[in-house]
Amino acid sequence: MSLHHFLILGAVLFTTGVFGIFLNRRNVIIILMSIELILLSVNINFVAFSHYNNDVTGQIFTFFVLAVAAAEAAIGLAILVAFFRNRATIDVERIDTLKG
Amino acid sequence: MAVQLPEMNLVLLSPEILLSLVAMGLLLMSAWTGKESRGVIGMITLSGIVLAAVVLAGLSSATPSITLGGHFVDDRLARAMKWLLLIATAFPLLMSRDYLAQRGLDSGEYYVLTVTALIGAMAMVSAGSFLVLYLGLELMSLSIYVLAAYDRDHLPSSEAGLKYFILGSLASGILLYGVSLVYGATGSTVFTGVAQAIKAAEHISPVLLLGAALVVMAISFKVAAAPFHMWAPDVYEGAPTSVTAFIAVMPKVAAFTVFFRVLLEAFGALQGHWAPMLQLMAVVTLAVGSLGAIAQSNIKRLLAYSSIGHVGFLLIGLTTGNQLGHQSVIFYLTTYLFMSFGAFCVVLVLNRQGIGDQIGDYAGLAKKRPLLAFVMAMFMFSMAGIPPLAGFIAKLYVLMAAVKAGLLGLAVISVIFAAIGAFYYLRIVKIIYFEAAEQSFSMELSVSHRIVLGVSAILVLVLGIFPGKLLDWSLASVQALL
Repeated sequence: MSLHHFLILGAVLFTTGVFGIFLNRRNVIIILMSIELILLSVNINFVAFSHYNNDVTGQIFTFFVLAVAAAEAAIGLAILVAFFRNRATIDVERIDTLKG
Repeated sequence: MAVQLPEMNLVLLSPEILLSLVAMGLLLMSAWTGKESRGVIGMITLSGIVLAAVVLAGLSSATPSITLGGHFVDDRLARAMKWLLLIATAFPLLMSRDYLAQRGLDSGEYYVLTVTALIGAMAMVSAGSFLVLYLGLELMSLSIYVLAAYDRDHLPSSEAGLKYFILGSLASGILLYGVSLVYGATGSTVFTGVAQAIKAAEHISPVLLLGAALVVMAISFKVAAAPFHMWAPDVYEGAPTSVTAFIAVMPKVAAFTVFFRVLLEAFGALQGHWAPMLQLMAVVTLAVGSLGAIAQSNIKRLLAYSSIGHVGFLLIGLTTGNQLGHQSVIFYLTTYLFMSFGAFCVVLVLNRQGIGDQIGDYAGLAKKRPLLAFVMAMFMFSMAGIPPLAGFIAKLYVLMAAVKAGLLGLAVISVIFAAIGAFYYLRIVKIIYFEAAEQSFSMELSVSHRIVLGVSAILVLVLGIFPGKLLDWSLASVQALL
């Protein structure tokens, strides 16, 4: 296992996350999952670089990212619940009252 | 294994620590006292902000200080921007008290979230490393997502919050991915460490360039620079007006400071790579800002496009790479702050009477409320860049810096778009002054509205005629950067 393997895994997860946000036309929950995927790909990158650079900063960064990701998911779900109560749907294509 | 702690000078963090205590105290207070304390909580928040300003003034020593192992920087730039951030938080709170009370939004959490957003922004402007930058950015952004969705029984507000959250989180993810690549390429997350590693390297690795590009993209998203602006009009329109005023200014001040730190301190050696990217972005941003606003009938949407146009000018100042350009960015941000709050305060005053956000509703304002119409016209003229108002000097300095840096094409393009932009500002003035009144405009202005409108109007005029002091102050705050 070399650094490249980890970086490729991270890049694949990151792209999956980004495409999950833009190609998904059905459900906002999938968008939240994609965001989590992006953050996890970042963590893999950080830990891999940290290990191969022999420097602990990356691993510390990962802990902060994990904590913030939890807060982010909580806030995202809370906003989604508020939206659902008003619109009675979480269909991505129906988030459309604001435009012009 | 002996662990050595870095030197910690917590005195430098005292404004942030004070505001954190205020936020926690307010949270407890609002949980315990419930509805009775609503008016008091607003006053406590404002006093907390004033107290933080006093502490910040007490800190002022000339020498820049770095603490917490390089993660926290306290220099002239950070101090200057913290002043702007405190004003940018206090003004929306002042002018939105009636608005919030009228809509039942003035619960304690609103103020807590405002203060936490301010703390996040203050951490961002003092960031000496990508770690603090990220944490500050997230604290600010997460608070603002909730604020945008704060009118939770109202569909546009929750939709605005959801959109802002999704696109904002994507931007945070992109920022982090970029930071991880920069960390991998340079072995450091501290800005000075990154800069040293770039200087020491024999050739610039593509990993570093990709990382830097992703970081720049993510910050452009936060300032709503095109092509990453798509969230701004929707969020501005859907969020409660008091929140719109807040997010129109505060995050931009913080994000432009981050631009300074990241681009000049960390990626200073890569200027040949990021400057063309940002210049292209500035042209697109100016185009979107001035062309997008023409067809708008909603004043909040129009102000969103107007702010995108201003961001285009700020980006030009940033990419010139000379001190005049950096000075012009600080000057522009300061004048933008007062113009913007003035305009939003007028919108809030009219909202109070139940007058909607449609520009047509403003018809004939001048006949019934000449003074209010006059200050609104003044803010619009200033945004359009018409002398002798502050907006003119701001644009002039950006153009001077662009010409000095040899970016003549960019200067010409920006003047053309500013002229197109003047059209929609003047359209508002025309509607206010020359169309028949349909509304009674019988609302009364509260004392806090008078303060915000008065201070903004006077400063927009005075800074236009005597810009010297503010120009000196802007220069002093960016002098250490190059």
